Amino acid sequence: MADPHERNGEDERKTGSTDDADLSARLKSLDARISQASAHRAESEPRARPTSNSSAIGQAFRLSAEFVAGVAAGGILGWIVDYLLGSSPWGLIVCLILGFCAGMLNLMRAAGVVKPARYDDKR
Amino acid sequence: MASPIEQFQIKPIIPVINFTNSSLFMIGAAAVIVGGLLYATRKRAVVPGRAQSVAEVLHDFVANTLVDATGKEGMKFFPLVFSLFMFVLTANLLGMIPGFFTVTSHIIVTFALAMLVIGTVVIYGFVKHGTHFLGLFVPSGVPGWLLPFIVVIELISFLSRPISLSLRLFANMLAGHIALKVFAGFVVALLGAGGALTILAPLPLLMAVALMALEFLVAALQAYVFTVLTCIYLNDALHPGH
Repeated sequence: MADPHERNGEDERKTGSTDDADLSARLKSLDARISQASAHRAESEPRARPTSNSSAIGQAFRLSAEFVAGVAAGGILGWIVDYLLGSSPWGLIVCLILGFCAGMLNLMRAAGVVKPARYDDKR
Repeated sequence: MASPIEQFQIKPIIPVINFTNSSLFMIGAAAVIVGGLLYATRKRAVVPGRAQSVAEVLHDFVANTLVDATGKEGMKFFPLVFSLFMFVLTANLLGMIPGFFTVTSHIIVTFALAMLVIGTVVIYGFVKHGTHFLGLFVPSGVPGWLLPFIVVIELISFLSRPISLSLRLFANMLAGHIALKVFAGFVVALLGAGGALTILAPLPLLMAVALMALEFLVAALQAYVFTVLTCIYLNDALHPGH
């Protein structure tokens, strides 16, 4: 019964008007903080666009398939060229070599050694 | 003993309309997603419950990934990216339940998903930027005599995107499920061998348990990687020249 905390609570409840003012002041400060936080977030959004550095392990998994896919795409393209032009086997040979290059390019891009596929300012 | 690749067999359920076990699990995954999200958002409380928190976390996660990769204007692709992420994630995780079919372990399924992404990129790129979209294949600052080779290499590099996108998801799911089945098969084989070999049976069982944990990681991670790459490719469609 003689709990000081409880007494305190009752006292505050009695002074209702100051409590309301306090609450509205707190709400206002919360509003300000929320708008500040969202403004900060909107500000930082354009900056956060360097691609694919979100997770190192995801990138590691990415590398494995990039190279194979480049060679496979070159092979398929070469096979189609041969099929359409009847130039077998030269289309396949040339396109496989080019596909190898594309695979290396993919790999280096995925690893971040060369610039990603978006080329800035053509000038 | 069952062969490790028997789990990937396509079996017709309703042969007349070519409804297979793969179709069944695709519909199952879609039903789980729709049902789960409808259940999670039925209250739309200001203070979210458990289910609603999960749905909100998933939404924010995909939205942040998309905005990080493409900027604010990329949010118009949010329905596509979120659907892809949820479908791949749910299909991968459904496949982890013993006896269930893994939809994403077939390259035709993952390739169809990848072609959906690349098709969106190409069509949107041409509609939005016209022939300027082809600037994607012509890098700046290359000497003239080298340009034809570079353009062809860039073209092949672009063509390899749907392949690498589908290959990675498919290969990870296929390899993981085969490894699980092989180690689980060792347990049965060692128990059946009798004598001293029976004592060794718990070892591959431990391995299978460890692999199971790894497979859950891979299932979630591959869904994430698929989503991130989708966002990066969409970024090319949105900003081809800069």
